Amino acid sequence: MSNIETLVKTLVEKHGKTRNSLMPVLQGIVKEERFLSEEAMISVACELDLSAAEVYGTASFYTFLDTVPRGKNVVRICKTISCHMKGKDEIIEALENALKVKVGETTSDKKFTLLTANCLGWCHKGPVMLVNDAVYPEITPQKAIEVIEDYVKNTK
Amino acid sequence: MENKVLKRVDYIFQESSVVEVIELITKTFKKTPDDIILDVIDSGLRGRGGAGFPTGLKWRFAKNEDSPVKYVICNADEGEPGTFKDREILETVASKVLAGMCICGHSIGAKEGFIYLRGEYNYLLPHLSKVTDDFNNQLKTKNIDFTVYIKSGSGAYICGEESALFESMEGKRGEPRNKPPYPTISGYNAKPTVINNVETLVYAYMICKMGVEKFKELGTKDSRGSKVFSVSGDTPNAGIFELELGMPLKDFVQDFGDGDTKAVQVGGASGHCVPRKHFNETIIGFEGIPTGGSMMIFNSSRSMYNVLHDYLEFFTEESCGQCTPCRVGCQQLLKGIEAVKKGERKPQYLDELKKLSATMKVAAKCGLGQSVANPFNSIIDNFREEIIY
Ligand SMILES: Cc1cc2nc3c(=O)[nH]c(=O)nc-3n(C[C@H](O)[C@H](O)[C@H](O)COP(=O)(O)O)c2cc1C
Ligand code: SF4
Ligand code: FES
Repeated sequence: MSNIETLVKTLVEKHGKTRNSLMPVLQGIVKEERFLSEEAMISVACELDLSAAEVYGTASFYTFLDTVPRGKNVVRICKTISCHMKGKDEIIEALENALKVKVGETTSDKKFTLLTANCLGWCHKGPVMLVNDAVYPEITPQKAIEVIEDYVKNTK
Repeated sequence: MENKVLKRVDYIFQESSVVEVIELITKTFKKTPDDIILDVIDSGLRGRGGAGFPTGLKWRFAKNEDSPVKYVICNADEGEPGTFKDREILETVASKVLAGMCICGHSIGAKEGFIYLRGEYNYLLPHLSKVTDDFNNQLKTKNIDFTVYIKSGSGAYICGEESALFESMEGKRGEPRNKPPYPTISGYNAKPTVINNVETLVYAYMICKMGVEKFKELGTKDSRGSKVFSVSGDTPNAGIFELELGMPLKDFVQDFGDGDTKAVQVGGASGHCVPRKHFNETIIGFEGIPTGGSMMIFNSSRSMYNVLHDYLEFFTEESCGQCTPCRVGCQQLLKGIEAVKKGERKPQYLDELKKLSATMKVAAKCGLGQSVANPFNSIIDNFREEIIY
């Protein structure tokens, strides 16, 4: 059995073999793998007795359930109005330069994917950055780069 | 008009341990479910998620359904731009949210509750799971048959819409359903379901705690109680504030503006933009502009074209795409104002676009498409020049 099949089996065991478990199972895979490969989705379909198309249908609806490969760390910058007014453009520019990618791209070493997001719920402390699940409010270009450097050090 | 000064208050964030809330729950349960529901109706509490449906009535509708399985759902999807109060409530006083869910469950006859937490708030999961486990265990020791589970979202604003949220919990695309049937008849798993905003549930708990009369002293006749506001934008006082409902916008701007406030967007991207000339007569509450609590303040240095452009981009991205008026309408409104700005279209084209937004209001399937006209018309009508030039 491949790694991904083992992971899917474990997740289905934990959450139950029903359609209602589809979201937690997909979320569990993304947590480990950062995205849903075709193999993963087919494996989920088998385990939950759904068609692969239904699994893909659900997955492709949600921003956080990526179906294209992502880096080990997914960086999201809020681009909605309050953060826009507080200077999200400078943060994005600083990160694009530091990571040498454009928004939407993954670094060649596959350590980072840079994305934007809609309002993250920290508008009073904008601009805000999310790295995987961790929140970094009130960032400056300088702070954003420091946070990324920490992740560089801690990502094998 | 009641001549009373409405002010800042501090109820919701007063800390309460799990033990304390369980004590109140056992005390409350000495009343019959019908009496608890009557209290909530009498208090005048209306939903804090935006739409403002009377909470007690919602509970009564669900109670009246004859079904062995019912659910209570706490809507913690908080995706409306400019809103961040539910996150703070869950971070600091989760036990009160859980208590509100349990009281609702007891009143309507539900044994299971779910918190649907937006994926962006995953960092809260360890804390929230711990409080929830503790709460569930203590309910067991008191022989109260109610259990709360946590479900996560995955980055879709539309899943805050109640029926889309049920679809998402059922493992489907977050596409809103046709209504009726309403959730109290057929919600999660097609069972009678009460879905309430995080804050609504806390106030339901507080009404049981402080008593109906004390709650009714807060706010105005049409907007009972207090409400948590999320204040952002051009303000020296950004943050989370609990205020009595029914406050004139003028007073709000006095307290929170930077002295140069040009407009306030009340109710987030899907709310209304109020220009300075209307601050005096605008009331923040159900008799004026109801709001889920998002207050975004803009000063005279801001381009309202950029503001509207941001909102339309937001709706274009977050539309679930299920119905044509909304899917195509959002795109066309966005393209339309860009074309007017660039001079590719005459300014009169804005009036055509307003007709489109009016069509969306009647023809879109859910609140997302229906409410795009709110920011669109209020910004176009009040800041037409800025859109054109
Ligand atoms: C597009 C859209 C997004 C919504 N997002 C939320 C949300 O994030 N949180 C919320 O409590 N209600 C949200 N609502 C309102 C819910 O559908 C529902 O009315 C609310 O949860 C009911 O709770 P209440 O009566 O306590 O306000 C949204 C509605 C729409 C149309
Ligand atoms: S109005 Fe928009 S969000 Fe709502 S169902 Fe239609 S397309 Fe989806
Ligand atoms: S606008 Fe960026 S967190 Fe809300």
